[in-house]
Amino acid sequence: MPRVLIDSVLCKGCERCVGACPQRILGLSKELNAKGYYPALVLHQPRCIGCCLCAITCPDSAVQVGLNGNQYKLFEY
Amino acid sequence: MELVFKNTTGLVSVPRHYCPGCTHGVIHRMVAEVIEELGVRESAVGISPVGCSVIAYNYFNCDMQQAAHGRAPALATGIKRVRPDLTVFTYQGDGDLASIGTAETVQAANRGEKVTVIFVNNAIYGMTGGQMAPTTMPGQVTTTSPAGRDVNHCGYPIRVVELLATLRTPAYLVRVSAHDEVHLVQAKQAIRKAFRYQLEGRCFSFVEVLSICPTNWGLSPAEASQWLANTMIPYYPLGEIKTPDDGPVTEAHHAQ
Repeated sequence: MPRVLIDSVLCKGCERCVGACPQRILGLSKELNAKGYYPALVLHQPRCIGCCLCAITCPDSAVQVGLNGNQYKLFEY
Repeated sequence: MELVFKNTTGLVSVPRHYCPGCTHGVIHRMVAEVIEELGVRESAVGISPVGCSVIAYNYFNCDMQQAAHGRAPALATGIKRVRPDLTVFTYQGDGDLASIGTAETVQAANRGEKVTVIFVNNAIYGMTGGQMAPTTMPGQVTTTSPAGRDVNHCGYPIRVVELLATLRTPAYLVRVSAHDEVHLVQAKQAIRKAFRYQLEGRCFSFVEVLSICPTNWGLSPAEASQWLANTMIPYYPLGEIKTPDDGPVTEAHHAQ
């Protein structure tokens, strides 16, 4: 199972990952982080397909993607 | 749990000062990932410009220099000629490379220096508060062109890649975009290819990355990406404009 790990301290709430996610499972938190931004949040983790597009598009290196088990590589990055 | 996408060791893990949605952070990360993947982090020297990315030397986890405004290719020339074993790259914005540093850029390309130039084109001067740049689009509103860029008064935006493509010296000249995830995957491949050409000692390599500036464009990051796709990409066509395997420049390069 892939798992999206978002660092809410680094996130600036630009919503680039929200628009990039093909499964539309990302959204913004309702609570501010220390810098005063609404950080991104995974709304429905089980639907994640592990494409890593959220991490690729994040300008602040706030997203990492973990994986338990095996998965097809979807594209060459 | 194994991390399939983890943060690169080519960047220092500190919070970066860029505005929310600014693609400088993405381009920093792609360059750092390529340096790490090619195994040249210990022998890489980066040159940061003057502009928003001036303190890139705090973010890249390799040796960094900071050049006078626009003079990064000249500094890169010096470093590469003294130590040809080093991997030298410059990271410049449009105010730095296309405006005050045009001479250094054109001459470095003409000499065929074996360095890599990463050119971030966001069509505006970001750090100083959104003034008109040489790459500002016709009709685009900036603080120094409140009625939109008048092409009769200020001319048309400079296409730096096409300008350099007219030189006879072999070079790798490519334009990519950082506005969405699909184009980011292509941008990473272009940056990797540019560094490979340098490591093979073949040619000057130049990657223009179209970038968004949500703050100074006055748009949200999503709207800014859309504006780039609709306005900038038709004027700045993406793709490899010149590769070292090409012959002398032909009319096809000027057809756009």
